[in-house]
Amino acid sequence: MQLISRGILSENPIFKLALSMCPAVGISTTVMNGLMLGIAVLFVQVFSSVTISLFKNKIHPRIRIPSYTLTIATWVTVIDLALAAYMPEAYAKMGIFVKLIVAFAIITMRLEMFACKESVKDSFWDGLGMGLGFLVGMMVIGLVRELLGSGTILGYDILGFKPLLFFILPSAGFFVVGLMMAFFNWIEIAYKRAKGLK
Amino acid sequence: MHKQLKYWTLALLFSLLPLCLQAAELVSKQSFGAENEIVLTFAAAIDKDTAKNTASYKVFEESDPDIILEIKEAVVSQDGLQVSLLFTEPLNMAKAHVVSLRDEDGKELASLLVKKPYIGYLLSILISALLVNNFVFTKYLGLCVFFGTSKRKTTAKGMGVVFTIVMVASAIMSWFFYQFILIPYNLNFLQIVVFIGLVSLTVQAVDTVLRKVNPVLFNSFGVYLVLVIANCVIIAVPLIMASNNYNIIETFMLALGAGGGFLLALYLMSSVRERLDLANIPPTFKGLPIAFIVAGQFAMAFLGFSGLQLF
Repeated sequence: MQLISRGILSENPIFKLALSMCPAVGISTTVMNGLMLGIAVLFVQVFSSVTISLFKNKIHPRIRIPSYTLTIATWVTVIDLALAAYMPEAYAKMGIFVKLIVAFAIITMRLEMFACKESVKDSFWDGLGMGLGFLVGMMVIGLVRELLGSGTILGYDILGFKPLLFFILPSAGFFVVGLMMAFFNWIEIAYKRAKGLK
Repeated sequence: MHKQLKYWTLALLFSLLPLCLQAAELVSKQSFGAENEIVLTFAAAIDKDTAKNTASYKVFEESDPDIILEIKEAVVSQDGLQVSLLFTEPLNMAKAHVVSLRDEDGKELASLLVKKPYIGYLLSILISALLVNNFVFTKYLGLCVFFGTSKRKTTAKGMGVVFTIVMVASAIMSWFFYQFILIPYNLNFLQIVVFIGLVSLTVQAVDTVLRKVNPVLFNSFGVYLVLVIANCVIIAVPLIMASNNYNIIETFMLALGAGGGFLLALYLMSSVRERLDLANIPPTFKGLPIAFIVAGQFAMAFLGFSGLQLF
């Protein structure tokens, strides 16, 4: 449990570690997109963590980085082909980003820092936590952009009008992520200040 | 029997000959004009009514013969030597267009290929990867490294240069692998595994070579090499190459443009961030948040390049 909550909150890959930003900016225009890519990343993260953790004693330390890369590439190929076969529409929307999961720093980092040392069970939960953290981050950004940009959530009309069309534009991704990071910083600073006063 | 056949073939050839000659000589020059225009220059004056009639032309992109492009107007010049075809929609000049000319009975008079000079096409790939589809600001790739190494101008330059070198080398290697191994043996589904393997191999090779050949350069650039692997731009180039079926020169141009674009983006960003250090920023925005907002402004500025066509 602790491992999962750590991935979602205190070490959230997007907002705290600032890793794997590309899709967070690129395709988070709707909640659905965020959800789909989040699931893909979750899948790859969990399975590569488990795989590496299973073989951790057989991998020579000097070739560990290439072996991580190949493991990730294999699982990315699996999810890439599966999505292309079963969900062609969603796949077309995400475009090249599914294939690019292979170069996500967050996955390699978890393998290097966690999966190659800990047991299979812990690695599984850690992978799940990190993947969920990514998924939640993507969905939150998607939520903000979809709500403010087109006034809908998951395609359902909520507001009935379009407050700020700007947020749907691709370049707004940078602004949203920047503002959200500032928002989290603000909470943290306010929290510390309150604590300091006490 | 044989003799007869020979005569028939000869007769057929002679009857076809004028047609071929006519087709070759009817139109002396064809080129793209403005963004929705194709200009045909005829060798001799041509019947104005036929030339004016938009139904006497059939234009389509060479790769999509099913989609006939709609012609709004055909304007004939005074001397009847030049016709400019105006289309309702802008043409995609990167592709070759087939123009076929018919008379009223629907007999084909000429069929010709309109395309840009190849060098112009190559340059347009380069410019597109460099500015119009800049990998950082319009495709949102390679952001981790982009924000990580754009704090100082010197690091930004080093990173950009190393990046371009690795990118060109790995793209060319991937092209060879893709054309001569993956396609012939039908191993297309192994794309991701092969490309990422090649990229890490290139990085390792550049690392080893640089260490031996130029230790001074290695000391200043070596640290960035490790970062290159964990970057999505570098794997995106072979993937784009594979999906667009580029040939080797086009791949080289794409890689060069992508690397140059990354260098440009890093340099611009680092210049701003050096200035930001001196500015008075609210504490909540210090560091990454303000960098993201600056990047957003750059992205909006780069939107201005869309539709840019130099050649």
